[in-house]
Amino acid sequence: RDFNERCAQCSEVNWGLTDGGRFYCRSCHNVTERTREVVNTDFITNSRVQTVSKGLRKQEKNDAGCEWYICEGFQLVLKKQAEAIEALGVCPQMKDEILCNFWRCYLQKSKQAYCKRPAGETVKALSVCESSTDVDSDPERPSLLHLLSLSESEGDLQTDCSFASSVSKVSDSTSVYSGSVDGSLYLMKNQKEKLRMTMPMTLSFCYMALLWLREPITLSELLRFVVEGHIPYLNVFQHFPEKMKLCGLDLRIFCVESWPVYEEVFNKMHELAAFLDLPRFPDITDSCFLHPDMLCMKYLMEANLPDELHNWTCRVVKKIGIGEVDFLTLTPGNKSTRKVKYDVLAAAVIVVVLKLLFLLDDHYEWLLSEFAEERNKNNTEGGPYFEFKKWYEVVKQSLDVEQKKLDEERAKYLWRCEKPLFYSVKNKSKVLKRRQMVVNLQNQFGKLSGSVRRAEKPNPSSFQLSWSEENTDGTCFHGHSLKGVLQEKCGLLTAMNPDYWLCTVKLCNEKLCGHLAHYREVEFPQSYHFVLGLFSFLLRIQPSYIHDEVCMIEHKLFNKKLYKKLKYNTVLRK
Amino acid sequence: SSHEHKINFRKSKEACLSYIQDALLQKQWKRAAEFLTCYVESLEKDYSREHIGPSEMIWRIGTEILWHHSQSSMKEFNCFMEQMKTLGVKRYLKVCLEHVFHLLCNGQIDEAYQNLSLAESWRFGEQTAIQDKEMKLIEAYRGLLDYCSWSKQKSILLEHGEDGFSDLAVEQEMHRYFRKAAVNLKEIIKIPGVWDVFVKCYVDLLEFYGDHNEARQVLNEYAYNSKFPANPNAHVYLYQFLKRQGESKKSLISALKILHDIVPSHELMIDFNTMLQKSKKRKKRRLGLEVIFAALDYAGWKENVKAWSCLARQVKQIVTSEKYVDWIKQEWNSRKDWWPAFHFSRYLAKRNWQENKSLSYEKALVAGIVLGKDCKYFKYVSHQGCKAQLKRFRMLKKFVNRHNPVYLRISG
Repeated sequence: RDFNERCAQCSEVNWGLTDGGRFYCRSCHNVTERTREVVNTDFITNSRVQTVSKGLRKQEKNDAGCEWYICEGFQLVLKKQAEAIEALGVCPQMKDEILCNFWRCYLQKSKQAYCKRPAGETVKALSVCESSTDVDSDPERPSLLHLLSLSESEGDLQTDCSFASSVSKVSDSTSVYSGSVDGSLYLMKNQKEKLRMTMPMTLSFCYMALLWLREPITLSELLRFVVEGHIPYLNVFQHFPEKMKLCGLDLRIFCVESWPVYEEVFNKMHELAAFLDLPRFPDITDSCFLHPDMLCMKYLMEANLPDELHNWTCRVVKKIGIGEVDFLTLTPGNKSTRKVKYDVLAAAVIVVVLKLLFLLDDHYEWLLSEFAEERNKNNTEGGPYFEFKKWYEVVKQSLDVEQKKLDEERAKYLWRCEKPLFYSVKNKSKVLKRRQMVVNLQNQFGKLSGSVRRAEKPNPSSFQLSWSEENTDGTCFHGHSLKGVLQEKCGLLTAMNPDYWLCTVKLCNEKLCGHLAHYREVEFPQSYHFVLGLFSFLLRIQPSYIHDEVCMIEHKLFNKKLYKKLKYNTVLRK
Repeated sequence: SSHEHKINFRKSKEACLSYIQDALLQKQWKRAAEFLTCYVESLEKDYSREHIGPSEMIWRIGTEILWHHSQSSMKEFNCFMEQMKTLGVKRYLKVCLEHVFHLLCNGQIDEAYQNLSLAESWRFGEQTAIQDKEMKLIEAYRGLLDYCSWSKQKSILLEHGEDGFSDLAVEQEMHRYFRKAAVNLKEIIKIPGVWDVFVKCYVDLLEFYGDHNEARQVLNEYAYNSKFPANPNAHVYLYQFLKRQGESKKSLISALKILHDIVPSHELMIDFNTMLQKSKKRKKRRLGLEVIFAALDYAGWKENVKAWSCLARQVKQIVTSEKYVDWIKQEWNSRKDWWPAFHFSRYLAKRNWQENKSLSYEKALVAGIVLGKDCKYFKYVSHQGCKAQLKRFRMLKKFVNRHNPVYLRISG
């Protein structure tokens, strides 16, 4: 009553008096040594503290917050993201015109705004319905509790037991636990129908806008910038204005605890483009950054490969027609054309070229390398011959270092932010206590860490690995010559390597199993795995995605030969 | 599927934990602290389905780091422990107990006592009953510290007594501590377990106040009650008590017999053999021989002069009396394949002679009897001994030569 100290055991302030005049905690029955007299003297000096805390309590009650809809929240998120992307150097058109219009179009098509009957209006009617038991009998609409137990791959927000139990009592009240007006309705909507907005989808919107403007940012780069913190994603909601109270079901919508996956964002973007009935996107021509010729040049540089390889990538691109405008440009809703992953495609082209020139069967490439090494000893004029072995050693070393750094960073991600999240008001004090403890512990152990955690994130850069020609230690291979692996035949430069092995003889049906091929490391040569690994690191995607594209390219490249062959050989002669 | 590789909170924290584990194993406390700082936000997630939740992880890992980290102080450590106590009510007493252990390791007896008292008064609904075992331990350790205080008071009293002062206040304090200690110590040793330190202290108290019956009962329970885990120390304590009480050889021997069965290499085997050798009963003397041979099977006894002298004495006695030579034969039977290389090699003969002449003397006697006067060990040692003109070695040589037929009986 008068005693305001926190209990040593359970930190509650809930005191009673024993017969002996001692204070005991009503929550955990901890008996203290403090007797009434002692406290009284303290009380007098602390009376000011009491009135102040009373004052705060009053304030809380008036702090009602405003009504807000989920789509408003997403609008804020998109705005923040667009601002960040603009800060990266993208033209302001993206934010002010393109993205804006896409979003409006979306709102209109999904009937959340800009139309005659916005979906929000039906919310109140639904809440009344929920109080009756008819809801459960409706097989189409999942019950609230069922929703809560759905395990999306996102995380365990729904496993908070106290939340589940508190919501089960909700059926009597008219307001479902969410800070927003339509939080519960949002989650109950049938996903397939109206393309419900999610956090990963915000990135789909961004990417779509970037693609429309043909900005020089690939999807893998965009996602990397998100993870590196240059584009808000995790915990964006902390920038919502004070009045927009976020709690309950809102958390399921806005608080994600996983990084979005390339495929997810990519596929959603295409769905979105079709949903919005967008016309054919602006043409991707050979002067665009996203054109394979351009991207190949970038990736060749980053992979520390000789510039001369670019001729070869262009040849492959031309031969299989993936540099054509119609192939590269997105036409939403056209189901016959394969959706183009520009970055993955370019990487795969390079892999195919390496296979063409070096075979990469864990044997031939090393032989060629030895051969080149020999010739390099006598080579006095011009640039050195490219030696696969040297390249491998240099790149592997750097890659290992960077990969190790990346793995450690991933283990050190901080997912939570200062803004506390509670499912319900009951939950609030517990959440705040926990947060305080976390902060205390972070301070305590942070001091013992030895190193100062970097205060700012490093500047966003397009290149993760860089190699300078000015280094005299010979670690830059850009200027190296491919003469060691080429020969002249009838005035044309062809590869000395006469063989090629196909990654897969038969492609899977992508629509059925989601992939063109299934990559298993043990079934392929180490060199091939290494090369896949290199681009997998640069693009931050699984090697199997690149492998899929490689298979696709190979099948286009050797199309005729494949149809001719009746037997299935794994090695074909060119 | 693509979602297997998705990096999410859980996976990220799992990876974090494995980095912490690596750092701990390599005693890289700074690095462990660095990763722990990133791990602690797991507290804000619900892990009720997991076997070990983040709060327990953080408690255990944090304790290790703070205990070993060079820049961490006891104050920080204590502060951390207090926080951990509030984290999980189901573990409250366990955390208290471990905190107390750390305080004791750090010599902070008073703080440990305070914490124990505080923990003793803790009540939390049904948890109190669930954590009954931990509570008993807490009470037991408090009893132990009370015993320490009692012990201190006792020393003061004895000092004053020497100086001629009688200190009533000290005496009263001492009795008070005795009462407090006795109550808790008695309780814990009722529960089956390994309570060596508690038993020793309790018996000490009982003996001081003259309650020998209770002491004997406690020790018997501890040693013979099958519900208690097999514990050689229990028998040692019982034996020591009986010895102090001046009990008969018979009861002393029966106490040590079990010890011989459980731990044939125990250091008390020498006492045991000495007692058995002197016995009038043939069976006991036979057991004595078995006991000393068994002890010397262990590498730790190889250079123990006392043990060898026991064996030598008994062998000499048997040989001289010409009775029960069979006993030696029986014991030697299972050892004749490996004892020669184990104890009686030429290398050992040289080394024993150089390092410890008494040892070589005793061993030579045994070797001479079981392996004959022509064995490497005996030949070398007796030769060296005679060369050095040491009387006892000359006597030894004579003795073994005279009794060579015994060797023939043993080996044949």
